[in-house]
Amino acid sequence: MLRIRNLHASIDDKQILRGINLEIKAGEVHAIMGPNGSGKSTLASVLAGRSNFEVTEGSVEFMGNDLLELSPEDRAREGMFLAFQYPVEIPGVSTTNFIKAAVNETRKYRGHEHLDAVAFLKMMKEKMKLVQIDQSLLSRSLNEGFSGGEKKRNEIFQMAMLEPRLAILDETDSGLDIDALRIVANGVNQTRNKDNAFLLVTHYQRLLDYIVPDHVHVLYKGRIVKSGTRELALELEEKGYDFIKAEFESAEQA
Amino acid sequence: MYEENDDILGQVTTSEYKYGFVTDIESEDAPKGLNEDTVRYISAKKNEPAWLLEWRLKSFRHWQTMEEPTWPNVKYPPIDYQDIIYYSAPKQKIAPNSLDEIDPELRKTFEKLGISLQEQKRLTGVAVDAVVDSVSIATTFKEELAELGIIFCSMSDAVHEHPELIKKYLGAVVPPTDNYFTALNSAVFSDGSFCYIPVGVRCPMELSTYFRINAANTGQFERTLIVAEAGSYVSYLEGCTAPMRDENQLHAAVVEIMAMEKAEVKYSTVQNWYPGDKEGKGGIYNFVTKRGICQGAHSKISWTQVETGSSITWKYPSVILKGDHSVGEFYSVAVTNNYQQADTGTKMIHIGKNTKSRIVSKGISAGRSNNSYRGLVQVGRNAGNARNFSQCDSLLLGDKCGAHTFPYIEVKNNTGIVEHEATTSKIGEDQIFYCNQRGIDTEAAVAMIVNGFAKEVMNQLPMEFAVEAQKLLAISLEGSVG
Ligand SMILES: Nc1ncnc2c1ncn2[C@@H]1O[C@H](COP(=O)(O)OP(=O)(O)OP(=O)(O)O)[C@@H](O)[C@H]1O
Ligand SMILES: [Mg+2]
Repeated sequence: MLRIRNLHASIDDKQILRGINLEIKAGEVHAIMGPNGSGKSTLASVLAGRSNFEVTEGSVEFMGNDLLELSPEDRAREGMFLAFQYPVEIPGVSTTNFIKAAVNETRKYRGHEHLDAVAFLKMMKEKMKLVQIDQSLLSRSLNEGFSGGEKKRNEIFQMAMLEPRLAILDETDSGLDIDALRIVANGVNQTRNKDNAFLLVTHYQRLLDYIVPDHVHVLYKGRIVKSGTRELALELEEKGYDFIKAEFESAEQA
Repeated sequence: MYEENDDILGQVTTSEYKYGFVTDIESEDAPKGLNEDTVRYISAKKNEPAWLLEWRLKSFRHWQTMEEPTWPNVKYPPIDYQDIIYYSAPKQKIAPNSLDEIDPELRKTFEKLGISLQEQKRLTGVAVDAVVDSVSIATTFKEELAELGIIFCSMSDAVHEHPELIKKYLGAVVPPTDNYFTALNSAVFSDGSFCYIPVGVRCPMELSTYFRINAANTGQFERTLIVAEAGSYVSYLEGCTAPMRDENQLHAAVVEIMAMEKAEVKYSTVQNWYPGDKEGKGGIYNFVTKRGICQGAHSKISWTQVETGSSITWKYPSVILKGDHSVGEFYSVAVTNNYQQADTGTKMIHIGKNTKSRIVSKGISAGRSNNSYRGLVQVGRNAGNARNFSQCDSLLLGDKCGAHTFPYIEVKNNTGIVEHEATTSKIGEDQIFYCNQRGIDTEAAVAMIVNGFAKEVMNQLPMEFAVEAQKLLAISLEGSVG
């Protein structure tokens, strides 16, 4: 589904991603961990098509397309979803209307019929149950005045509504209370199937207790320096990143 | 509302000013230029009584002593007032007795503009007075309204059919000498709408006037007069468009509103005169004076305006709060793009006790445009417990445009409370990216963010016009980002 090859990206001539290689197949869940500033959000942004990052080398294939050739909106319409680490606020635009526009733009792109108000409402009701989000939140302006946890839950709600092929969750677990964490994880597990895939960016192995990943990667200084299974996350939780850093530095010197 | 929002998104992709066509009809014009003979010509064309001609001539003589104002924050080359045609009327065989007799070309024009002159189309629930260039060509639902005692007709007809009312109220709120453009308008005004709501009557439908400039080299000078007797209510809407032309055209209108005790008047404007092209060539100079007076206690006047057109806009719909407990409101969205300039706002003059006013102004600037809010809140010596709240927000698209706020506050009674809040924000790249990431392209994202920004004002518009106004916002900002 997604094949990243030797991806380099920079911002203002500052090199951030220095050769990422990663392959994600349909049905898989990957987790990316790594110290602050290692480039996790940058990777997510580059995949989603944020224009202030410049891809200087490498390639990305998504659903058989050259991802880097697509506009950000076409990437989304092709089924790539990013749950933002810091979701933005849009005053005066109701969350419901925003999502409706998003759903219908995507449907239009795929040649599906426009969802009318009734069908949309029905779909909303279903998905609302899934992430236990309140109607009153959805009538408010998008993310405006939402608590940190509410914003995150709203991201997952949007994910459920858009039914993406690949969902990248950038620290969606940060700032969630235990119940909310369980709800979010539940949302992911319920939407998980053999045709879609997830890329979870997280600092905490706790999330991985709820969403069991097939692969865990450690990103450090713009590269994936270690990959493993769930056990790797447990090891990191126990030992911290020092051993990885040490391994990496010595490899660099050699 | 959901459905409508999607239509707007769809509309964003259609481009350009879509009302820019010219209707090919013969017209009867006054000779170019302005002197006493021009004034006499117009008055004679309209068969006016002597008092009105006198009134015009007095205004004209006064105008000759005045200077064009230079204080607005707008720039334009000097206007040659001798190079304008002051009267242009579509040549109709005779005054139409019924709507069926209207020149088919004109009828088509209004159909193209999406305005129904067919009374059968009752569903729309809107009575229309259609004004082309200098004359009113049709007023719908006249008879139905008359049954309730409501007068809704062209100004020209009103002069003949209701001379006592016109004599009493014309210029009562905006005297001819008020400013340069009101003096000019009073001298050469050609038509417009008159609306009278009798005591205790709630007007059952929206009344609207649709102004269309068609002829070249002409100015449009219309007057609207609304009188709401005690305990009455009316909601009024004005819309306007003009063909695309390379030269600038002058529009100097006057609107007067009189609200008696417990009367309420809601006046909405969707102003979409031709704004000029992307290089700033052509467009309408929209120099308009609008004022209402809350004459009686507990009366209310509310101005709502969506200003997207015109190359230059200069207007300050105001309320004089004379009656105790009266309420004045001003809700405004002004959009400027490319080289458009707008200097607009309001005046709230508190005279009576316990009077309240509310100002919500949303300025949106894009391209190389300039958008200024200018507002005066005045609390007089006897206006005990006056309250005002003003909120002025500016939204910038890009970094070549300007937004300015000029609030003037004069309080002469210390029991008054005047609050002013102002914000300036930019459409953030991160907001647009967030929308993109959800499959919404940049044009649609901008339309959405802008409509969200202006929502508080858009919500004030009558339902029938809110959708069109939302589309207008989107269309007038096309190509302004990215
Ligand atoms: N817009 C920007 N301008 C300059 N530097 C940036 C910008 N965005 C990111 N960076 C830098 O790129 C590096 C990687 O940042 P990124 O946000 O990808 O880290 P992260 O792994 O997501 O960290 P965290 O765990 O704290 O979220 C950091 O050094 C950061 O300062
Ligand atoms: Mg991050």
